[in-house]
Amino acid sequence: MAEHKGPHGPGGPHGGPRGGYGKPKDLRRTMLRTVKYIANRPVLLIAALVSVVASALLGVAATYLQKPIIDGITSAWAAGQAQWPELAACCLRLMAAYVLASVCSYVQSNLMAQLAQKGCNRMRKELFDKLQELPLSYFDAHTHGELMSRFTNDADNVQMALEQSVVQLISSAVTFVGVVAMMITLSPLLFLASVVMLGAVMAVFTVFGKRSRRYFSKQQAALGAVNGNIQEMIEGMKVVKAFNHEEQAKARFQALNEEYRSAASQAGFYSSAIMPVASNLTYIGYAVTAVLGAALAMSAGVNVGFTLGSLVTYLKYNQQVTQPINQISMQMNSLLSAMAGAERIFAVMDTDPEVDRGQVTLVPVEKDANGSLSKFSGQGRPKSWAWKVPRNCGLILAPVLVGADEAIAELGQADEENGALKLLPPGVESKTGLWVRIGPDGALTPVTAGEMASHRWAWKYPGPDGAMGYHLIRGAVRNVPGEEFCYTELRGAVRLSHVDFSYVEGKPVLKDMSVYADPGQKIAFVGSTGAGKTTVTNLINRFYEIQGGLITCDGIDVRDIEKDSLRLSQGAVLQDTHLFTGTVMDNIRYGRLDATDEECVSAAKTANADGFIRRLPEGYQTMLTGDGANLSQGQRQLLSIARAAVKDPPIMVLDEATSSIDTRTERHIQQGMDALMEGRTVFVIAHRLSTVRNADCIVVIEHGEIMEKGSHAQLMEEQGRYYQLYTGQFELD
Amino acid sequence: MLKRIASYLKGYERYVIGSPILVIVETVCQMIIPLLMARIINEGILKENMAPIWQAGALMVVVALAATITGGLAAKCATNAAQGLGANLRRAEFERVASFSFADIDKFSSSSLITRMTNDVTNIQNTSMICLRILIRAVTMLIASVVLTLSINPRLALVVLVILPIMAVALLILMKICFPLFEKMQKALDHLNEQVQENLIAVRVVKSYVREDREREKFIDANDGFTAAGLRAVLRMVAIQPVMMICMSAATVLVLYFGGQMVLGLEMDLGYLQTVLDYIMQILMSIMMVGMAILQLTRSQASLRRVFEVIDTQPSVTDGDERSLPAPQGRVEFKDVSFRYQTGGAGEDVLKNISLTVEPGQFVAIVGGTGTGKSSLVNLIPRFYDVHKGQVLVDGLDVRDYPLDALRGRIGMVLQNNVLFSGTIRENLLWGNENATEEELIQAAKDAQAYDFIMSFPEGFDTYLEQGGVNVSGGQKQRLCITRAMVRKPAVLILDDSTSAVDSATEGKIRESFRENLKGTTVIIIAQRISSVQYADKIVVLDEGTVADVGTHDELMESSKIYREIYDSQQEGGDGNG
Repeated sequence: MAEHKGPHGPGGPHGGPRGGYGKPKDLRRTMLRTVKYIANRPVLLIAALVSVVASALLGVAATYLQKPIIDGITSAWAAGQAQWPELAACCLRLMAAYVLASVCSYVQSNLMAQLAQKGCNRMRKELFDKLQELPLSYFDAHTHGELMSRFTNDADNVQMALEQSVVQLISSAVTFVGVVAMMITLSPLLFLASVVMLGAVMAVFTVFGKRSRRYFSKQQAALGAVNGNIQEMIEGMKVVKAFNHEEQAKARFQALNEEYRSAASQAGFYSSAIMPVASNLTYIGYAVTAVLGAALAMSAGVNVGFTLGSLVTYLKYNQQVTQPINQISMQMNSLLSAMAGAERIFAVMDTDPEVDRGQVTLVPVEKDANGSLSKFSGQGRPKSWAWKVPRNCGLILAPVLVGADEAIAELGQADEENGALKLLPPGVESKTGLWVRIGPDGALTPVTAGEMASHRWAWKYPGPDGAMGYHLIRGAVRNVPGEEFCYTELRGAVRLSHVDFSYVEGKPVLKDMSVYADPGQKIAFVGSTGAGKTTVTNLINRFYEIQGGLITCDGIDVRDIEKDSLRLSQGAVLQDTHLFTGTVMDNIRYGRLDATDEECVSAAKTANADGFIRRLPEGYQTMLTGDGANLSQGQRQLLSIARAAVKDPPIMVLDEATSSIDTRTERHIQQGMDALMEGRTVFVIAHRLSTVRNADCIVVIEHGEIMEKGSHAQLMEEQGRYYQLYTGQFELD
Repeated sequence: MLKRIASYLKGYERYVIGSPILVIVETVCQMIIPLLMARIINEGILKENMAPIWQAGALMVVVALAATITGGLAAKCATNAAQGLGANLRRAEFERVASFSFADIDKFSSSSLITRMTNDVTNIQNTSMICLRILIRAVTMLIASVVLTLSINPRLALVVLVILPIMAVALLILMKICFPLFEKMQKALDHLNEQVQENLIAVRVVKSYVREDREREKFIDANDGFTAAGLRAVLRMVAIQPVMMICMSAATVLVLYFGGQMVLGLEMDLGYLQTVLDYIMQILMSIMMVGMAILQLTRSQASLRRVFEVIDTQPSVTDGDERSLPAPQGRVEFKDVSFRYQTGGAGEDVLKNISLTVEPGQFVAIVGGTGTGKSSLVNLIPRFYDVHKGQVLVDGLDVRDYPLDALRGRIGMVLQNNVLFSGTIRENLLWGNENATEEELIQAAKDAQAYDFIMSFPEGFDTYLEQGGVNVSGGQKQRLCITRAMVRKPAVLILDDSTSAVDSATEGKIRESFRENLKGTTVIIIAQRISSVQYADKIVVLDEGTVADVGTHDELMESSKIYREIYDSQQEGGDGNG
């Protein structure tokens, strides 16, 4: 398994089932934060809320408006009149209430849909933005499926909740209160009977609900088992057949299938019986109320106000009153699960982004024949790049003399005072133009003009241990006093000194690792799976943060380089190739967005990919979908090499780029790889020792430590581990 | 189609029959209640007579109780019937897939088969619930309401005729305009998900090429597209709702108005005013319900079709009928074999005119680049696929004449895509031969160099393997798969590139134990590494589906250009790792 799969293997702390529809931990906070997404247009939100309340109240009122119609007809009928002149007016009033309620309900739905859709659009965008900023360690600890479900299930649930649940809850609450108020107004006595009925309905809800939930979790477990078995057996069906195991597989499946059926039947009964039982029970209440009400309406003497119209209206309310209760319990569930989803989304949003305090950036420059750097003219493609370093970012550009064994001595200007030399602060010119070498003990020795002519530059800054360190600069330097920035040429020298690293605290992956690569050198890593080879390359581009030691690029601590700039200076061809939906040309151009078609084609030629691309149905315009599923592994790898080639960075990482390709095809790809490596600093992790033979330095890593390093010839001479590997006496596993 | 479905209700017939009957009884009971209410008003309140009120009230309670019980039972029957149907369909699919040939599985693809057994069946299950309960209920309600309204007051029923066309238009708009929009919204959502997925999978590429901004732009496009599509659909849908609401309200008002006039004109009893109102509401409601149920039905038709497609596929490889089988020796012969994956006109020959004989007990290796047909060749021996032309013979009999399990019983096969199943190591190994003794298991494990690492687990052979064998390393997995094949003690052992993750030294030991302990067994291996094949009795070099060269290592080094190329490409430094 490749190391970058991260610290957690399958079945690790995050391998288990994800908390699906739990309840939110802090409902109030999550709710408030969610509401912010729809509250950016407060007028619309308030209008929507007003409409909800109005529509609910109008609904309650409309039922009440039927009472005068019934009463009017009744009394006219009792009086023997063939006409009741107010009938039409009453009916119109009723219709008006209905229409108004419908309009309010429309306004509310329309506004809420807009607010919710746009709010969730914003939420998804913020979530995606955040994902782009998160460090790789986050992606190691969270599966794709888990993060995907933030966008799919969770965001969807939030949208539905905002669009419907919130409004429904308010509307149901208002309706419930309104209906109860009307019932009490119509007849407190009948209401007592209704309360008993309501109690019975509630009891059904609770009892059935509880049962249903209990069986439901059983059903889910059984479903998981069946689906798991289906997946396992269908995917392994070829093996099943190879071993004549069909009958056993069928028997096992049938057992699980039957278990699921019986669990689902039980759970299904409670969830599907709840509605018919509850609603039919209300008919018993209806009967009781009807009889009582009829008695009331007849004994007009006792209860003058209770008419036939009252009874009919009351019975209507009686049927309506259970609806909001049902709605509230349903919407509450979906609201809670949506809020749990929102909480998970917010948890992602609240994760700390990749640390980037780097102030050093990569800029294009012109380099003239004398090697001096100047601002890029902006014409065509820059040939040279430089690190642009602000003067106040903690890095000091120091003139130095390089002695034997690369010993570095800092230079400074000094004045003679009272016969002794006095060092001047940097930037202050000496009156006599005297330069001195500063000894380790602070002793100053004057340097000759000849020595001065061969002076070099170094970065001076404290290392992780606090001690001041000097880091020699190998390329051209532009250091003009008075300019806000200084510039040093991008060369691609990478140094790891005493690096300690672990993915998970307490489990060190690299220990005291030191590797130096000068510009243009090829460094190869050899070692077992899990030895830490890939990890090294993941640190150079700061996919992960080291815990100890120092990594420099052209002498600059990589943590001082802005991440984007650092990564632009490096290219990578990884074991797992990833291509994007788009044409072949688009995928090559992914390496450098402003590359012309010609540049892309020439990169493809460098990578030895041009031939197969031209044989594709539409050549460079062939659409790739599903991670380049329509290409062979070798072809995908060639494309990813072309993509790296068009980026044209000075530093290149090749991580097991050819391991899944047969040796003859590899040779073909190797030509592309060789062209890609030319003139760059290369870190190569190889599967086959033949590919690392010509490296400038081969580093053998075991258990996060360097066992040996040196050239092929040196290591063969030493007859150590590399020799054993090479001669087949020892095997990696 | 219905007949077809009915055949998968076996064992649940009483629920299928019981459920609609109960639903009809429940619905009719509910329909009686407004009639009883009319009686309370007409005979009781208006005539100031308490006796009919008591009677009607008591009757109401009885009817309501009956409805409660039948309603609950109907739910039980419908659930059982639907779940039974689902279970039977899953079983039928599973059993059919178990009889599929490799070509059939390839035709559908594993992931599609899985969807057809999970999501599609769930879909059908839900729809059958809707049919059994909602559709039957709606139809009963519709018929009863129409009959009752007509019997009470046919003229008021005309209101329905006024309202219905308007509602029908609204419903039609909903189906013709909104639902396609929802499908578009779903597509936009898929697109959005693709963007996120692609971004997540390729996070390393995105970061190392510093393409976060471009990814953001792509996401914003997809996200805005989804929101726009969603709003288009939802806002249309939302606009239809008030039309429906107003239609229903208008019906109420119209009934009250005209009904009121009829009551005053003494054409109808006052008590029936409410009853007719209730029935007319129910007519309108039930028509909407029927519409929705039909919609759901048409939608789940696709699922039904997909499920039956699986069940109806005739396995392309079936048992041969030869009953007098030759004794197992391990001879394998290819006679002028050509093979292509797609039968019919399309497709290229993957293997062309291959003739080859493997004698009993021989150790034969097949080498060649990727895509040269090595796996296809060995897959023909246990008849995972059928030849397109020519003949494959095992122990002198055409493989197509063998009963499949007799043929496959002679062959131990380690496939390229090794699969271990969830269960203990022992359970997995016993797949090779259910009756293998402990000693045989241990011997096979030792021969496959798996014994030591198995015993290094605390629970040895009883170590539980997770699904897909994810808790053992690639090399260990391959060795377990080899053990499983060896437990079978086959006449022919085929290893399809199945030691690629095992290091050369261990592989050498496996080879060594093959030579010592499998003397009578024919071994056919496919390998990448020359070191794995150089001691073979016979090496077959495949190139573009034909046998390019055959010989021993030394002969091929002399005569085969391709073999020498493979050899050279692996020489400088040998293999570091597998």
